[in-house]
Amino acid sequence: MDFGPHLMLAMLEGAVTAAILALTAMGLSVVFGVMRVVNVAHGEFYMLGAVIAWYIATTLGTHPALGFVAALLIAPVLVGALAATADRLILQHINYDPERTIVATIGLLFIIQQGTLMTFGPDARPVVPPFNSRIPLPWVEWVDDKMAFYYPWGLSITSYKLFVIAAAAAILIALWLFMTRTRAGLIMRATQQDSQMAQAFGIPVSRVYALVFGLGAALAAMGAVLVVPIQQAHYLMGADPLLLSFIVVIIGGLGSLPGTVIAALLIGLSDGIISVFFSPTVAKITATLAVAMVLVFRPQGLLGKKAH
Amino acid sequence: MDRALVLHLGVIAALALAYAVLPAYHAGNLARIMVLAIYAMAYNLAFGYTGLLSLGHALFFGAGMYGLSLSMQHLGTPVLPAFAIALISAAIVTAVVGALALRTKGVAFMIVTLMFAQAGYLTALYFSTWTRGEEGFVLPQAMRQIAGIDLTTAMGRYYAALVLFAATLLLIGHIVRSPFGRSLVAIRENEARATMLGYDVQRLKWQALVISGTISGLAGATFALLFGYAGAGFAAVPYSILPLLYVLLGGAGTTLGPLVGAAFMIYLFDLSSDITDAYMLIAGVVLVLLTMFLPQGILGTLRARSVRWLP
Repeated sequence: MDFGPHLMLAMLEGAVTAAILALTAMGLSVVFGVMRVVNVAHGEFYMLGAVIAWYIATTLGTHPALGFVAALLIAPVLVGALAATADRLILQHINYDPERTIVATIGLLFIIQQGTLMTFGPDARPVVPPFNSRIPLPWVEWVDDKMAFYYPWGLSITSYKLFVIAAAAAILIALWLFMTRTRAGLIMRATQQDSQMAQAFGIPVSRVYALVFGLGAALAAMGAVLVVPIQQAHYLMGADPLLLSFIVVIIGGLGSLPGTVIAALLIGLSDGIISVFFSPTVAKITATLAVAMVLVFRPQGLLGKKAH
Repeated sequence: MDRALVLHLGVIAALALAYAVLPAYHAGNLARIMVLAIYAMAYNLAFGYTGLLSLGHALFFGAGMYGLSLSMQHLGTPVLPAFAIALISAAIVTAVVGALALRTKGVAFMIVTLMFAQAGYLTALYFSTWTRGEEGFVLPQAMRQIAGIDLTTAMGRYYAALVLFAATLLLIGHIVRSPFGRSLVAIRENEARATMLGYDVQRLKWQALVISGTISGLAGATFALLFGYAGAGFAAVPYSILPLLYVLLGGAGTTLGPLVGAAFMIYLFDLSSDITDAYMLIAGVVLVLLTMFLPQGILGTLRARSVRWLP
């Protein structure tokens, strides 16, 4: 394949990564935005979403589409409920102290990860996609000064991957409508702006916090359910999304939702392109160091306006 | 002599006797505990005394471990020069990372250190031709000796660990009671006030971190030398979290807390290995319970409740 088709393929694969990443990172960003805490266990909620999707799909075991739809509905609810419980039991107890929250969520990370290892086991397990037809992609070429379409070998995407991009976009739009158009969203934004004032106006802040923490985890789980037909469920699969979400949220500016989406697109696409052309380890090292440098020299993020 | 010094010397003497008294299995465990306690004491200087919650100390531990083991393995360097290389590499890595990371504070500092350590871990994986990645490599047995003392025997290993542990304990015990150490505590308690009183806070924090990182490197090098193995796993995230766990459990800002915490956790991991291989599950549970119910740790609580002079 030539460079052009290769690049196009890399960008399409990157768009799938970006879509999943936008969902996962949005979960982290919402939690940070409203509660001002960093959830290090976020990647494990993602992993749980994938593992639960596998359980649901195998238990139902009829048509793949049925199992998938059931997983997409049930897994985020279960993971969200678990996260909300963890919030009430642990984070509320330590009063959302930023540093102690990080330490406690590190503990949570190991509990969830190792708990999954003990029950689900160390194997990677696949979920069958609900539909998965191969769509060949055309490429143009100049033949005798005329434009000609042809289908290069290997240049294709599956219908399921296109569905992932569309589904992630739909979920993000729904989230945006929820935050800006509903009463619950208004309450969340009020809590975000000034939690004490919100409390004074009778908003049950602790319940809002539990719900927001659950919502953040549910978004990660949704991303995982979408990704699990492409990438198998595994107990260590939470590490990369956590790192990438950190990168996205930091570059987009901690707590800035539009910044998160833009940064997810940027990181997802460049991750897709870089890992096609370079060694993935080098790509990860560069990305990690670049983000550390952003935090050191521009702590408000590349797109953020004000430092906190 | 004051009570704190007497206590430290007493602990060292007790550990020296323990080898003769304890069954071989526990003596072996204790050697490992002492090495990890060196690491935890180093971490405690940054976290417990200066208030720098780093999530990236595995980078410094790994720098020491690879500094020693790579130079022994690939250059054939004898133990003592290899140790010097280990300390120098850890010091340089900490100096550079510290200068950058200390521009941030609080949560950002935690994330930046985590990211630097992750980059270091990935680098170790990337150069797997030399480091052999996760799998790691075994140091040649014939090389593991200092001045004719064989470090591969249980006794040589135990007393080598004890000597380095004692040196670190006395050094840290001295540092934290020196004017330098006092100013670190002042920074931990109220950074703005320390700045206002004219302390060069940025510089002091950097110095504390460099000392902490260098001693972490010492621990890493000692671990590789005594147990004869170096692998990328020791530079990964769990090895940044474990010293935090030991220090939190034993008591942050107490000189003996790291030893108590390391001993407690290693026996807990050991006992739980009968039930499950997933020892980090136990670490997670203890970490959550500690943050919730015992934020001052064992010795910290003891000091707050009754033994007020505890160093």
